[in-house]
Amino acid sequence: MSSVNHRNDRIVITGIGLTAPNGNDLAEYRANLLNGVSGVVPYETRYVGNVLAGVCQFDETRYQRRKEVRRGTRAGSVSIYCAQEAIAKSGLDWETVPKDRVGVYIGITEHGNVETENEIHEISQFDYDTKFWSHHHNPRTVANNPAGEVALSMGITGPHYTIGAACAAGNAGFIQGVQMLRLGEVDLAIAGGSSESIHTFGIFASFASQGALARHEDPTKASRPFDTDRNGIVVSEGGCLCTLERLPDALARGATIYGEIVGYAMNTDATDFVLPNATRQAECIHLALSRAGLGPGDIDIVSSHATATEQGDIEECKALSAVFGDFPDVAINNTKSFIGHAMGAAGALELAGNLPAFQDGIAHATINVDNLDPKCGLPQIVANTPRQLDKVDVILNNSFGMLGINSVLIVKRYQAG
Amino acid sequence: MNPEEIRQAILEILTRIVPDEDLSELDDSVSFREQIELDSMDFLDIVMELRKQYRVQIPEDDYLHLDTMDGTVNYLTPLMRDIQSPA
Repeated sequence: MSSVNHRNDRIVITGIGLTAPNGNDLAEYRANLLNGVSGVVPYETRYVGNVLAGVCQFDETRYQRRKEVRRGTRAGSVSIYCAQEAIAKSGLDWETVPKDRVGVYIGITEHGNVETENEIHEISQFDYDTKFWSHHHNPRTVANNPAGEVALSMGITGPHYTIGAACAAGNAGFIQGVQMLRLGEVDLAIAGGSSESIHTFGIFASFASQGALARHEDPTKASRPFDTDRNGIVVSEGGCLCTLERLPDALARGATIYGEIVGYAMNTDATDFVLPNATRQAECIHLALSRAGLGPGDIDIVSSHATATEQGDIEECKALSAVFGDFPDVAINNTKSFIGHAMGAAGALELAGNLPAFQDGIAHATINVDNLDPKCGLPQIVANTPRQLDKVDVILNNSFGMLGINSVLIVKRYQAG
Repeated sequence: MNPEEIRQAILEILTRIVPDEDLSELDDSVSFREQIELDSMDFLDIVMELRKQYRVQIPEDDYLHLDTMDGTVNYLTPLMRDIQSPA
């Protein structure tokens, strides 16, 4: 990334398509983040029973025929909706875009569990006779499925694949897009993250067994990062895909530029399957800052990863304290408090919800912080009400995941020159 | 099930498999694939639904009998004669 200042290496976000539990486009989503509107609702899942989840309400048939919805996966439908919305918002004349120069890069936490569980349930009705196992199982469960469904639906003949990166996947999808644009592999990247995870009972059951599944009599208060009374994760579905372009291409067509990706980093804890590591997280943040040519004092908003698990929240706060401890003006917020943990989509959605701050100068809040955990007692946390900032020029987005995968993305307000 | 009930059962399966298609004008003597968008995976869905709903096993060599509605009903009539109509 040493050549980041070369004009062709400058990568900008020119379109955003999303579905979140509290909004099906950026405007609705942002309004709900500013107004404290949660998207967490009661939800019933096979075998586990009544749980809480973030459920998306987008119109699947806006961009797919009913047969395509039936044929594909929920992650495919989420991704197609987001990709089509991103293209629509980008202002690109899709008919004239060379489809062999478009790449689709979608971060996922997991894929295939939903369909495998469904098929096992189905054959259980037939004494486990595998003659009743669906011929759709393989195309639905291959790891590239969500990206492949986007390519199939939109006639994209450039590269498509998913990036498996646990809950760091949203950032990882963006990073892949940036890299492929810089390499000249594609001229347009549709990148971000997607998740269908609420449709697999296994993820709920596993978090429950781990003692990390959130519960609360009021669903809207269940996801409470940094709060003493947190009790775990709210699992959510969702997606966010952006159109990424090289700056000269975006400028040449007069595109709206939502922000410029000026830095990124990924690294690995190499210490535990599930427990995070503040030292490595801080190293990841420092590496991203270094590549962006920025210091901690240049960051205006930190979009935190915190999931409302005790260890996760505390470790991230240690990392944030190590990097930003001397910078009281940075605003630290958390989107999961509104929408739960959208898994592969989390990093992308959490970044997108903050990007309008470049226009309105507001850091949305972290809701449900009724009793701030002293171990998370960073004075910069924007608790419960949005904060108007003097300026918002740079946003740093954290996304971390199991097996010690860390990702950091830095986006800057676009400035000509 | 009699031939008309079998025809109705096939129509209900098709309605789920190709939900965007208008099946009201289906010509029973003409190939399904000439009238509606039905690819090989959709065709396998018909076979699978017959297996799941009626326990009818159709060998791959017999798939050619399922090209039209008439052919399908004729083929299935002896196989489904002793099955009670769900209606």
